[in-house]
Amino acid sequence: MTRSTLLNWLLLVAVVVLVAFPVVFVDGEFAGSDGQAEEAITESHPDYEPWFAPLYEPPSGEIESGLFALQAALGAGVVGYYFGVVRTKRRLGADRPAEAGRSADGVGPETADD
Amino acid sequence: MHIAEGYLPPLHAAAWTVVAAPFVVHGARAVVRQVRDNPESKLLLGAAGAFTFVLSALKIPSVTGSCSHPTGTGLGAVLFRPPVMALLGTIVLFFQATLLAHGGLTTLGANAFSMAVVGPWVAYGVYRLVRSVGGGLGLGVFFAAALGDLATYCVTSAQLALAFPDATSGVLGSVLKFGSIFAVTQIPLAVSEGLLTVLVVRLLVRVSPAELERLGLLKRPSEPTEVTA
Repeated sequence: MTRSTLLNWLLLVAVVVLVAFPVVFVDGEFAGSDGQAEEAITESHPDYEPWFAPLYEPPSGEIESGLFALQAALGAGVVGYYFGVVRTKRRLGADRPAEAGRSADGVGPETADD
Repeated sequence: MHIAEGYLPPLHAAAWTVVAAPFVVHGARAVVRQVRDNPESKLLLGAAGAFTFVLSALKIPSVTGSCSHPTGTGLGAVLFRPPVMALLGTIVLFFQATLLAHGGLTTLGANAFSMAVVGPWVAYGVYRLVRSVGGGLGLGVFFAAALGDLATYCVTSAQLALAFPDATSGVLGSVLKFGSIFAVTQIPLAVSEGLLTVLVVRLLVRVSPAELERLGLLKRPSEPTEVTA
């Protein structure tokens, strides 16, 4: 493994540790901070009435978490697609340097990429 | 950093919408220009938007015993400059407001201003600053993503404090109160986002250095060597 690859893995491990640390060592309810802010408002300004309600609300926590998972999955899919495409492009390009050189004067078959 | 639907008084909601709107419109034009002038960067642009999509969906536990989520806007801000993220970040917030009841349409302006405007600009400013004093790409990206993330939550705290000043200690006391909810929780998350963004940029350097050269993150080889066939 090269040093660069090792550093990448270390970065990933550091992120996982940072995320896992509180769950393991901190005693808390792990409520969302957005919700806590709402509570703080209700506490300090008990007479405040939210004047607008969400047009659509996920009917249950399960459905809500499903939609969040969908959001993350869509995003991760696109990011993964990008890396797949550029990696493949690079590989195909690197595999045929000689051919690419030969066809520099004309239009070789591989210049018509995509 | 999502201020819930209806949780900003109408006047504040309208004001933040007015403040954020020009940035988002300018951002939309920046995206159109980016795609038109550099069609080959379309895919990376999509990936930068997708990165925000992923990160802002992940509720991550913090040392304060509560959960919050990163913003993911630093990557796009460093790659494509902040205006592009004004649009992409707002699209994410709109999705969450309409489908997830997370954030809201009345608070979209305020949330867009913190996550899609201030966050990316702070990230970009920090990145330029670190690079100008001789910091490397990794260092610049780390501080950009981490501080951009943190700045977003500081803005949210200030927005709520302005709308709901404390009865005794006023706006300032309220900033501290909301800051302790948002900003403190966010510190470890900001570090995580910084590290993760560095990882993504390192992978980009590996797989598409030409793209990063075109975007100005990597220097082109100093001597314009002729492309030998």
